[in-house]
Amino acid sequence: MTTTDTLDDPRQHARFLSAVDPETGDRDGAAAESTPPQTVGRPFLEKKVAIRTRDVDVFYGDKQALHQVSVDIGRNEVTAFIGPSGCGKSTFLRCLNRMNDTIEQCRVEGEILLDGEDIYAPGTDVVPLRARVGMVFQKPNPFPKSIYENVAYGARLHGLAAGRAELDELVERSLTRAGLWEEVKDRLQTPGTSLSGGQQQRLCIARAIAIEPEVILMDEPCSALDPIATARVEELIDELRRKYTIIMVTHSMQQAARISQRTAYFHLGRLVEVDKTDKIFTNPSHELTEAYITGRFG
Amino acid sequence: MNNPGTNRTIREAVQRNLARRHRRDRRLRRLGLAAILLGLGFLALMFASIATLAQDAFWQTRIQLQVTLDPQKIDPAGSRDPQRLRQADYGALLKQALRTRFPGVRKHRDKRRLYRLLSSGAAYELQALVLRHPERIGQTVTAWFTADDDVDFWFKHPRSAGTRLDEKQKHWLAQLREAGALARFFNLDFFRHGDSREPELAGIRGALMGSFYTILVTLGLSLPLGIAAAIYLEEFAPRNRWTDFIEVNINNLAAVPSIVFGLLGLAVFINFFGLPRSSPLVAGLVLTLMTLPTLIIAGRAALKSVPPSIREAALGVGASKMQTVFHHVLPLAMPGMLTGTIIGMAQALGETAPLLMIGMVAFIVDVPQGVLDPATVLPVQVYLWADSPERAFLERTAAAILVLLAFLVAMNLAAIRLRRRFERKW
Repeated sequence: MTTTDTLDDPRQHARFLSAVDPETGDRDGAAAESTPPQTVGRPFLEKKVAIRTRDVDVFYGDKQALHQVSVDIGRNEVTAFIGPSGCGKSTFLRCLNRMNDTIEQCRVEGEILLDGEDIYAPGTDVVPLRARVGMVFQKPNPFPKSIYENVAYGARLHGLAAGRAELDELVERSLTRAGLWEEVKDRLQTPGTSLSGGQQQRLCIARAIAIEPEVILMDEPCSALDPIATARVEELIDELRRKYTIIMVTHSMQQAARISQRTAYFHLGRLVEVDKTDKIFTNPSHELTEAYITGRFG
Repeated sequence: MNNPGTNRTIREAVQRNLARRHRRDRRLRRLGLAAILLGLGFLALMFASIATLAQDAFWQTRIQLQVTLDPQKIDPAGSRDPQRLRQADYGALLKQALRTRFPGVRKHRDKRRLYRLLSSGAAYELQALVLRHPERIGQTVTAWFTADDDVDFWFKHPRSAGTRLDEKQKHWLAQLREAGALARFFNLDFFRHGDSREPELAGIRGALMGSFYTILVTLGLSLPLGIAAAIYLEEFAPRNRWTDFIEVNINNLAAVPSIVFGLLGLAVFINFFGLPRSSPLVAGLVLTLMTLPTLIIAGRAALKSVPPSIREAALGVGASKMQTVFHHVLPLAMPGMLTGTIIGMAQALGETAPLLMIGMVAFIVDVPQGVLDPATVLPVQVYLWADSPERAFLERTAAAILVLLAFLVAMNLAAIRLRRRFERKW
């Protein structure tokens, strides 16, 4: 039996569980604490903070999906969220532009500050918020409209371009920045859905950056792409970092190591460790992080 | 576990099973094919029987007569005033013409038999002719006049025993036929006239226009209402006990017998609101109530089938809920909604029972000119004609069914074309 089989063994899993959640008891004496464990590493930053979250709890109905997540997201950095499936990293990501609002049973508590403003404050309009915090999804989801329309849509909604010429320029600029212009400039009127998977994802990135957001959330942006397309998108993310703050959920630890500056490790709804990516992958502080990145489970 | 011996027995077992599975496969395919062929056979049988019956209705026998337009009888004052001309006794002129044609008929009873060869509508045809050409008063005109339905039947089926003509009448008709004064014409009147007690004068136009106005009202009301309700329930309504209750009720309403909606229409629209009885407006309202559940259910299914990723994409770039629905979700759901609309409208077009309740079963001769005029609709016309004793109404019933089917096909083609346009959009 190899170590990767660990998840199949309930006893092994329970041990990891107990290390995080003291209520399950100290089955084998590990980490029996009376208070919820604190996030280790360096979750807080002194300066250049884009998003600051404090004690964020998320509930789906009665089920609590996230516990006490407190972390700062650095400006003009790529922050990677890693962790096993169902650990809450996507849930947390979707809190940051309030995409969770679409899920009826979902309830968010705690504080999420974007540039010092609480985005969950009563009366907050989600429309301008989502213009500031763009999102790229796991599966490329271009609108079933032309390539041009896909990119121009957001700009039109928010009235970012006055007149056709300006809009044309904005579309070209966004597609260029997304590294797609050369490939599609001759067929802007063909449907966005006719592109290949990698091109579609870059089109979605172009659509997201067309409205000049401050933060771009990416939910496993490369999981539906082949390695070559993945490499292109990763290159793109690295370039976009100069202008935007990027938060990315990924299942590929190599990807997190390659392109992120900081990495956050989630486990069973808790943020276990946040630190510089080098530190996480070379010398993690928490045994769960270590277990995950060395492939002992997840 | 992996020794070659077990492998072979496993493979043999799979082989044995495989033959049986393939056999079962083939049997199922053949059964399916047989079912389709049987269904097509019945459909063809139905069409063939209706079409053979209906073809007689599209031809009408006419008698050629030379009518002397006696100014003394039509317009003694010589005013040529249409009002005067309309009131003249054209029946007498036709009787005169018949007597001239058959001078040997002397006895009063025979004369009455002779007159019966012509339809009662023939006098109106002569009237129309005179009104069109008042300058021909005083001349003798030769024209074709609609024959009675018994004559029509005898002419189309000379050897059939099912006619009410006696030997003398048959003899006169044979004479006319030999002289070339008895012939079949395309029955344009069938498409121009409203209903009549005389089958040779009865036409489909009243019912056709009634159906047209009814469907117009139904579509105009149920499409926007259905789409709006589907959008609200699917996209905006919170999931709670109230929406559950509404949902259950909509699903149940789709299964309520249609005549119940007719009773409702009678009680609410006619008795309470005092809307005109037998009118396409009330029919449209009743059919709207009847088709709304179908439309809402189909509309919700269409909205549900739009991938959530499209909604997320739109919300993700900062579209409001409303913009997401109207820019992205609705256009993608439109083809599915139109399919539901086709089904609903086809159902509405073929509906009889609820319309009987709101008075559409009345005998209405005039072609309706609007949604407030008394009218009947095609299926009710079919029902009325099928109920009539005259043999000639049988073929008109079949013809009315064909017209109803043609209306349905035309409507569906229009909807399909519309759906194509929406589908091409993406």
